Amino acid sequence: MALSPETRIQLFQMQAAIRTAEEAIVRHYHEQEMRCPVHLCIGQEAVSAGACAAVLRSDYAISHHRSHGHYLGKGGNLNAMMAEIYGKATGCSGGKGGSMHLIDLDAGFLGAAPIVGSTIPIGLGAAFSAHLKKEDRVTLVFLGDGAMESGVVHESFNFAVLKKLPVVFVCENNLYSVNSPMHVRQSHVRRLVDIATGHGLPAADGDGNDAEAVYRLTKDATDRARRGDGPSFLEFSTYRWREHCGQNFDHPAGFRDEQEVVSWMERDPISIHRHALIDEKIAHPDELDRIYAAQEALAASAIEFAINSPFPDPNTAADHIYA
Amino acid sequence: MNRQISYAEALCEAQRQTLDADDQVIVIGLGVPDPKGIFNSTSGLQEEFGPDRVMDMPLSENAMTGVVIGAAMTGLRPVMTHQRVDFAMTAMEQIINQAAKWHYMFNGQHKVPIVVRMVVGRGWGQGPQHSQSLQSLFAHIPGLKVIMPTSAHDAKGMLISAIEDDNPVISLEHRWLYGIKDFVPEEPFRVPLGKARVMREGTDVTIVSLSYMTLEALSAAETLETRGVNAEVVDLRSLRPLDEQTILDSIKKTGRLIVADTTNKMYGASAEIAALATEKAFSSLRGAPVRIGSPEHPAPTSPALADQYYPRAPHIAAAVLEMLELPVDGLRFDPPEGRRLDQPNASFTGPF
Ligand SMILES: Cc1ncc(C[n+]2csc(CCOP(=O)(O)OP(=O)(O)O)c2C)c(N)n1
Ligand SMILES: [Mg+2]
Repeated sequence: MALSPETRIQLFQMQAAIRTAEEAIVRHYHEQEMRCPVHLCIGQEAVSAGACAAVLRSDYAISHHRSHGHYLGKGGNLNAMMAEIYGKATGCSGGKGGSMHLIDLDAGFLGAAPIVGSTIPIGLGAAFSAHLKKEDRVTLVFLGDGAMESGVVHESFNFAVLKKLPVVFVCENNLYSVNSPMHVRQSHVRRLVDIATGHGLPAADGDGNDAEAVYRLTKDATDRARRGDGPSFLEFSTYRWREHCGQNFDHPAGFRDEQEVVSWMERDPISIHRHALIDEKIAHPDELDRIYAAQEALAASAIEFAINSPFPDPNTAADHIYA
Repeated sequence: MNRQISYAEALCEAQRQTLDADDQVIVIGLGVPDPKGIFNSTSGLQEEFGPDRVMDMPLSENAMTGVVIGAAMTGLRPVMTHQRVDFAMTAMEQIINQAAKWHYMFNGQHKVPIVVRMVVGRGWGQGPQHSQSLQSLFAHIPGLKVIMPTSAHDAKGMLISAIEDDNPVISLEHRWLYGIKDFVPEEPFRVPLGKARVMREGTDVTIVSLSYMTLEALSAAETLETRGVNAEVVDLRSLRPLDEQTILDSIKKTGRLIVADTTNKMYGASAEIAALATEKAFSSLRGAPVRIGSPEHPAPTSPALADQYYPRAPHIAAAVLEMLELPVDGLRFDPPEGRRLDQPNASFTGPF
């Protein structure tokens, strides 16, 4: 399936939007004004951009601790995200959540929560209700390779297959759970996709640094779901450039092998995409530079919006305990 | 309004009427459609409403709790049932971190209208992992509502309120209540959550009790009556929200407080109510509040051990008499000849 030039440029733009937003966080995080943990996805943007471009705004997505890319990819409001990270009243959760609790219901981004594994069945529940209500709606459930070690994954895969639910599990395998590499956590004799296929859940894997490949696989999976053919599992291999939580690189401190980090940075998903667009004459370099610069400006103005926004009134701390 | 039905029938009727009134209501749980129908509290519902609205589920309490949370956030009103509260422990993460938090942490943008019914499985050797009363675990959590209806009337009225409520509601149902009948209106009605009920008015002492212990408290009050002691019995019905006013009003009237819980005392509901009394009605108290609960060890299985584990009406009566400095003699603590205390009556038999 050939992607239209518009879609390919859109994929570039979305990756740039995610990268520039997070680079802006990197520049300001040391100021200690964003007073919550941030889990950056720099290096993994192709998965967010590719998977979210393959669904409709009315479709759902749900995520975990590392959710900036998924939120923005799904169309989440950039200013509201930055303001949330700054703990401001204009934040997408009014300052109650922070970076780990992004939400934009208008964009179909149901929310994010950092108890690893726990949003998987909740997203499945959204797919279950769409299924029971016979809505034409697919749910993307984002998860990491670490989450694949939690028991709830098996419970969720079983139920998704049992009820043929319109859900796509999008697993970003970035080889690490915090600082623990794969080989101390999972047996190498089975692959992540085998967990899915063991449950009868159709599975595929692809290059998570190639937004177009992500788009294609996700589109196939969502098409299946829309046809009523049930759930899918997709594994995308990719790599987080910076430390697990925070703005720094962690290889200088010895958390990861420098050669490993460098080799993945040489496979920067945004450069790969950019070169493909230029080589195939889909876009002129200047046009792509303009797109990138425009995203940088939006990120800077989102930071400004957040800084200039008021904090929530302390008297509202007890609001919304009950509906 | 002179129809009497059992607690189980009342629960079933509440679900039938809400399933009927609102397409978004679904009922889900292990064994919901099976012939036993959760002690008959779900019998016939699947036949009437079909397998898309009343359904069994995989043995996956953790994920399935997440599933009903996600379904509730996107418009459904699931009623989930666990045959024992003990089984819901594998779902505590979803209940505490997720269900109780999504409304708050997203600043009111999500609602999680789920009801999780859980059975307290006391009796017939259910033992350490099938008979716990874990209400205080849930009642500690802001964002959850926690109810323990005692009568069939309240079981129906509170379950309808719970299903219609936009918040996660944990309902703990004591197994020994299922067969007990009460006058219950046929039409749908609501008993508000967060309201205690004065079951018996009195002037000498306030007994605050919950669930099955309210029946023991009422029986104790009858015994006390014969000794000239006039006890007021307050059935808590809801642990969160807590009806502080009804409790405090009663204490202000009687000046004495006994709290009878279905479980052990430490860090439990009885501690909370005693603290409430001392913090907010201290000057009305004529003596220290007294708590009645089981000992600080798990519920044993053998009837020889279980018989002593659960306090009953005579223990409550004795505590009241001691508090009033009246003679305690003549109370009967032993079971009637040939009967064990791990059953509420002779018709209650094993195995489950
Ligand atoms: C249940 C639970 N255990 C541990 C943690 C701490 N923790 C936060 S993120 C994380 C790693 C998750 O790895 P993965 O799913 O691969 O996602 P990634 O961080 O790589 O994006 C861990 C262990 C947690 N948040 N929740
Ligand atoms: Mg990982």
